[in-house]
Amino acid sequence: MRAALLAGATLLGLAGGARADEQHFPLQSYRVGPYAAGGTGFFGGFIDYLNLINSRDGGVNGVKLTWSEGETQYEVERGVEVYERLKSRPGIAAWNPLSVGIAYAMIDRITADKVPLITINHGRTDSTDGRVFPYVFPLLLNPYSETSGIVAYLGTRAGGLDKLKGKTIAVLYHGSPYGKETIPIYEKLAKTYGFKVEQIEVPHPGNEQQSQWLTIRRLRPDFVVLRGWGVMNPVALKTAQKTGFPVDHIVGNVWSNSEEDAIPAGDAAKGYVAITTQASGTEYPVIQEIVRKVYEPGNGNLADKKRIGSVYHNLGVLNGILNVEAVRIAQGRFGKRTLTGDEVRWGFEHLRLDEAWVAELGAKGLFHSINVTCANHEGEGRVTFQQWDGTKWKVVSDWIAPDWASLRPIIEASSTAYAKEHGLTPRDCAAEEQADAGARNTAAEHASAESR
Amino acid sequence: MNPDFAFLVEVIVGGLLSGVMYALVAIGFVLIYKTSGVLNFAQGAMVLFAALTFVSLLERGLPFVGALAATLAVMVVLGLAVERAVLRPLVNQPPITLFMATLGVSYVIEGAAQLAWGTQVHGLDLGIDDTPFEIGGVLVSRFDLFAAGVAGLMVAALTAFFRYTHTGLAFRAVADDPFAALNAGLRLPRIWSAVWIAAGLVALVAGLLWGARLGVQFSLSLVVLKALPVLVLGGFDSIAGAILAGLIVGAVEKLSEVYLGPFIGGGIEGWIAYVAALAFLLVRPSGLLGLRSVERV
Repeated sequence: MRAALLAGATLLGLAGGARADEQHFPLQSYRVGPYAAGGTGFFGGFIDYLNLINSRDGGVNGVKLTWSEGETQYEVERGVEVYERLKSRPGIAAWNPLSVGIAYAMIDRITADKVPLITINHGRTDSTDGRVFPYVFPLLLNPYSETSGIVAYLGTRAGGLDKLKGKTIAVLYHGSPYGKETIPIYEKLAKTYGFKVEQIEVPHPGNEQQSQWLTIRRLRPDFVVLRGWGVMNPVALKTAQKTGFPVDHIVGNVWSNSEEDAIPAGDAAKGYVAITTQASGTEYPVIQEIVRKVYEPGNGNLADKKRIGSVYHNLGVLNGILNVEAVRIAQGRFGKRTLTGDEVRWGFEHLRLDEAWVAELGAKGLFHSINVTCANHEGEGRVTFQQWDGTKWKVVSDWIAPDWASLRPIIEASSTAYAKEHGLTPRDCAAEEQADAGARNTAAEHASAESR
Repeated sequence: MNPDFAFLVEVIVGGLLSGVMYALVAIGFVLIYKTSGVLNFAQGAMVLFAALTFVSLLERGLPFVGALAATLAVMVVLGLAVERAVLRPLVNQPPITLFMATLGVSYVIEGAAQLAWGTQVHGLDLGIDDTPFEIGGVLVSRFDLFAAGVAGLMVAALTAFFRYTHTGLAFRAVADDPFAALNAGLRLPRIWSAVWIAAGLVALVAGLLWGARLGVQFSLSLVVLKALPVLVLGGFDSIAGAILAGLIVGAVEKLSEVYLGPFIGGGIEGWIAYVAALAFLLVRPSGLLGLRSVERV
């Protein structure tokens, strides 16, 4: 009930728009409808982090963070409607819809409006190429990197990447553009490493998978990769059990990795492994601080405190960290004031958080690092793997680096085709970075002269 | 047994057992349609509401039987409320109006379910082991067998009810000719209320079984998509037709997906059942066991 009232209040825009000393985050959230469990967790974590920055630091260098929510129910039309309704708010830093469909529908709009669109862990793979997609940021992980990370992990399970040769990997994917996005890269990696790949579609929503799992039973693959969404995930785990496939040989992708995917499957999920860019749990200092400084005074966004530290909540917190640090970095360049969307874009393009910086933020172990550049909007996020023990996720691997070098040419081929199709001229990132360095040197000289 | 043949048998058995699950939802539609001529699109939402209420009460510490009894009571109240507040005021309106009303009711129930019980997903363990057992090289799901048993019991109970009880016979009379039933002194509003309560109870059974299968979450309301081709194929007013069509739809889906899917791209089971139902409709518009409507023109 509290969540509903909160959603109602925020739908009415009571969280408020930005004023002169404020930076605003419009949120196309989904707190009701079929995907509400993920939406409440992610947007709850994001808001909790913004709250922490406001209450602990008084904002980012004195610039208060504000937000307003519009309910989308994960529907594209509603997402676009919320965009049109909220885009006139002053001081918008970035959009974070957490929806492939809504993100696709926004690309032209945010490019015209010059505001960053953050698609953490999802979105178009080729939007990694910032030369063609200057305002889109699939931070930490695009679908191809995810695939590469999963194959690398399966390699470690098999005893080395070379041991994948001759093995069979079945990919069970959601019958949607999201699910189909990785078909070509699995085919390519199968050729590279010599394994056989069988890709099997599950029609939306995926609440019946008997025939797919019988097919898998006949194929007898060594591993199954679950590229699911929503109800498809627990049903896959339950049907795997029903057809006798060992659950610890199923590896879930980044949208099959939450408590909401495992809990409904009950015992069938025990031993299930999934990829993630951020660990779950509450032991990280930043999460502890959120508990202390946001939840204890009664300002937490999650109605159920037991969900603090869950996969979606921690993803929301991590998304908050990346957005806030991008604003902070951009302030270093443009001044400690409300920034324009284009200035925040610059901040994202210089979002370089190494392990030491991550530790300073209280997020050591929560995530590894990020290194975004003008040309690389994903930022080389590392992945890790977690296993469900029946009640919670437990990390079972080191941080793994996907094979970005081999993926880059494929990404560039796709983005180049996109640019050609849309009549775009790719940016010259080298020239921009040089000009930036020049501007920063001039500013530094200016500051130094002033201080003298 | 030859492995290929064993696999074929496994696909068919799996399909038939899945089909029973579809039929469970379809029966709720049939009950309402049979007696009031309304295609109740809210049946899926009722399935969700029942399962969510049950599991939420269970998680709040109620014992299994207590939660079941309380959910039963809630579904009775819900059935009565829908009939009294929405359907009765619209009596004698065109079927499309009634259908649209149930569509609206569906959204209201879904929203109310989330408002009352939250948006979290829940596991539901009915205590039925879902590890498979093998018969002659064919794996069979214990849970699906249990669900088929429950469905069989429910159909037997409904059949006995319609055939041997006063209220059941009244239901049939109303279904055959509402005006004649009214002339014979049957109280239609009371019968409609009773049938909505019955649909609520069927939703509870379907909700528990589907909830244990999928987890209790919003997507439960989408199981109606599985019931629609069953209704088209079996006839909107036949319980036996729903069961028979459920079995056919389940088997056709699985056989098509496994044997035809690889040649035409896979992921076909979402629509192949509709193709089968539509093809059948061209031959027999009232469905397998549905009553043929004859009108004087």
